[in-house]
Amino acid sequence: MTGQSVGILAYGSYIPATRLPLAMIHGGRAKEGGPEKAVAGFDEDAITMAVAAAVDCLHGIERGAVDGVYFATTTSPFREKQAAAFIAKALDLRSDIATNDFTGTLRAGAGALLAALHAVQADPTKKILVIAADTRLAAPRSALEMNMGDAAAAFLLGSGHVLAAIGDSYTHTDEIYDVWRAEHDDYLRAWEDRFNVMHGYTDNVVAACRGFYAKTGTTASDYTRAVLGGPDGRTLLDVGKKAGFAAQSIQDALFGKVGNCGTAFTPLLLVAALETAQAGDTLLAVFYGDGAEVVSIDVSAAGFTPRHSIAWHLARGTALRSYDSYLKSRYLDATEHNRRGGEGVPATVHYRERDSDISFLGQRCTQCGTLHFPACRVCYSCYAKDQFESERLSDKQGRVMSYSFDYFFPSPEPPVIVGMCEVDNGARVYLQMTDATTDMLRCDLPVEFVFRKIHDAGNKPNYFWKSRPIADAQAQTTTEAAA
Amino acid sequence: MSKGIRDKVAIVGVGCCKFGENWHQSPEDMIVEAAYEAYADAGLEDPQAQIDAVFCGSVYPSRGTAEVAESLKLFDRPVSLVQNYCATGTDAFRYGVAAVASGMHDTVLVVGYDKPKDRGVSGPSIHMNTARGLPMTPAGWFSLCCARYFETYGAGREDLARIAVKNHHNGTLAPKSMLKKEITVEDVMNARMISWPFTLYDCAAQSDGAAAAIITRSSLAKNYRDDPVYVKGVSIALSANPQSDPTFDFLAWKPTLAAARDVYKQAGITNPMQQIHLAQVHDCFTMTELLTYEDLGFIPKGSAREHITNGTFALDGALPVNTDGGLKTFGHPTGATGVRMIYENVLQLQGRAGARQVQGATMALSHNLGGAPQTCGLAILGIE
Repeated sequence: MTGQSVGILAYGSYIPATRLPLAMIHGGRAKEGGPEKAVAGFDEDAITMAVAAAVDCLHGIERGAVDGVYFATTTSPFREKQAAAFIAKALDLRSDIATNDFTGTLRAGAGALLAALHAVQADPTKKILVIAADTRLAAPRSALEMNMGDAAAAFLLGSGHVLAAIGDSYTHTDEIYDVWRAEHDDYLRAWEDRFNVMHGYTDNVVAACRGFYAKTGTTASDYTRAVLGGPDGRTLLDVGKKAGFAAQSIQDALFGKVGNCGTAFTPLLLVAALETAQAGDTLLAVFYGDGAEVVSIDVSAAGFTPRHSIAWHLARGTALRSYDSYLKSRYLDATEHNRRGGEGVPATVHYRERDSDISFLGQRCTQCGTLHFPACRVCYSCYAKDQFESERLSDKQGRVMSYSFDYFFPSPEPPVIVGMCEVDNGARVYLQMTDATTDMLRCDLPVEFVFRKIHDAGNKPNYFWKSRPIADAQAQTTTEAAA
Repeated sequence: MSKGIRDKVAIVGVGCCKFGENWHQSPEDMIVEAAYEAYADAGLEDPQAQIDAVFCGSVYPSRGTAEVAESLKLFDRPVSLVQNYCATGTDAFRYGVAAVASGMHDTVLVVGYDKPKDRGVSGPSIHMNTARGLPMTPAGWFSLCCARYFETYGAGREDLARIAVKNHHNGTLAPKSMLKKEITVEDVMNARMISWPFTLYDCAAQSDGAAAAIITRSSLAKNYRDDPVYVKGVSIALSANPQSDPTFDFLAWKPTLAAARDVYKQAGITNPMQQIHLAQVHDCFTMTELLTYEDLGFIPKGSAREHITNGTFALDGALPVNTDGGLKTFGHPTGATGVRMIYENVLQLQGRAGARQVQGATMALSHNLGGAPQTCGLAILGIE
């Protein structure tokens, strides 16, 4: 059964590979299989995680078909400068598209989703990419740190043969100091836990659900599954129960695996629910923050598997060696180097090189077929001048021609693994490797490409692509949208 | 391909300051020391009248041409600065040779120098002014050739270590070298890792230094010395960046192959192993020296390991390489290095190399490899 209404055409998720065992936060030893949380690597932020989730979501979909990027986050690397435009550039999307950042609240994900829904309802030919990503920091070793996590989720909204139709929605708005970050706060602030649970989370989620039921004339029993984040697993079950759901129909919130990932929390759990949903299932998604927003989703097709499923992401986690390495990876330790200092990439150079460095476009010689990176004017192979067609490298695979481990270059996690990668028997790309350890390296290792932050010199994040070993045969590597 | 300048030009004087962390010396001190040693070596008594032009090589000069001209008070004549990555010294020499061979000048001074130890870092500087191409470290660039070579030909870190051990030994015999310390294979293997597979001891010693040579027309050479050294060939080749070259195989460095073809043709070399009696090659990292044995055609591709084990390139071997300790221990003030190699080859060919003298050598080669690497400089000198 395939719906014809407005809804989700594709989805994807991203959970960083790095895990912080919760026991380490208070100086304990990590136990095998013990609770942990996902934390962005030193080269990751909300933008890179958003790109990763979007790449997964758009796998097999023509990038030129995307008409907008609505990005929800409370942790954009920029206070002023649009993250969505940056993400669109990294995804090599068209320039005549709508881009918006939705920010300032944990339910920004719902804002982005509903804005996209309305855009598609207004013009059913449109396809809007909705992404939520967050890397919220709690103060090191604080109680809040136990439950925070980093992740991203992406949805392509459109009309026609949707996987899941977006139904009704209801918004309950509330003004409350429960969790916040003021102008100069690096870390999350929160009022007393029991107040937050009672008057922040519980009151708002219950009010929104009741409002939704009243508006739509439904009850909790009309929905297969409730999808909502929460401050912790126990509170989530309590509140789900108050909203009318039995524990078994509440989507597992991945506490002890990922953690509360801010604006991406409900979106990530929605991806998890969709991955296992059956056609005909109905989901009730609740987005909490400064009130709560409720959206119903009718699953019209089962069997869609994104390129990397939530299960894949959960299985590939690598525990940090120590809490100290966590502090290093989030740049929370004192070092002799000023990581924001130095020249950085000149804005003019960035401007000229954006197609190569951000969109990761190579170029193929139309005379001899040789693929080049970066762009150049004269062909390396046949010396033809300006006879090139650009070709996106980011969704190709490569192989490692040769490699090295650099212990000299400053990095929070030395050594820096460097690989000369070959793409399509032509383009050579000198790339740092990420999510890898030195023992994985061998010549001809197959790699894929991921968008990462390279450094913060010049008082701004500077991004480029890195290579990543293609996961083993057990990993899911294909996407087949259900017909 | 060059037309060649075989035997048109001769070296009549060479000089070199002691290489090292010359905290007490300015560039001026080192330039004066090297140039005046070369003047004396040539018996050149009136540089103001006898030096017609100056070719300077420096990779990070603070003032370039003026730095050399002011140091030596050589004004009102051509003074030019040449830069070509780590082949800078050899390229400055090549410009000098070409200027004399063309007949434009009778006698010229070549000065290579660099003063990296005023920068406050023990290795190369790291510049975060790009997002692509990082980490931009020389060790990182040169180490990239190791993994594939190791997998293809079975060599390994021990073979590299033996090159470092050899060059450390040779350096103990050179009075002006920076490091004078015998080391063992274990020392190399256990040292701090810089860029796998290079440990600290696989890397050249970055140092301050200056070296100089006086070049004149062959017909004028015997006015200066009875035993001038003749330039048999000199070549520079720049090849595609191995980080973007679509056909690079990481088993041989293209600029060395290209420059060798050219310089051997100039010098009439058809069997390098037999015709060349000693060589100074660019050992910025041990792997650079290993590949250079093969890229220069001394031995077949892939056979370096057995020759390293057998001592082919040791001071008492069939073809001694880096007789003064090389970049590894003599030191590597980038712009000076190519000229320092010429200094060593001249001393060897004239039988003035003391404890490290290679007996009966009449043909010597010097080799620089620079960039990512992209550029190679080669010079072949002969006493006959």
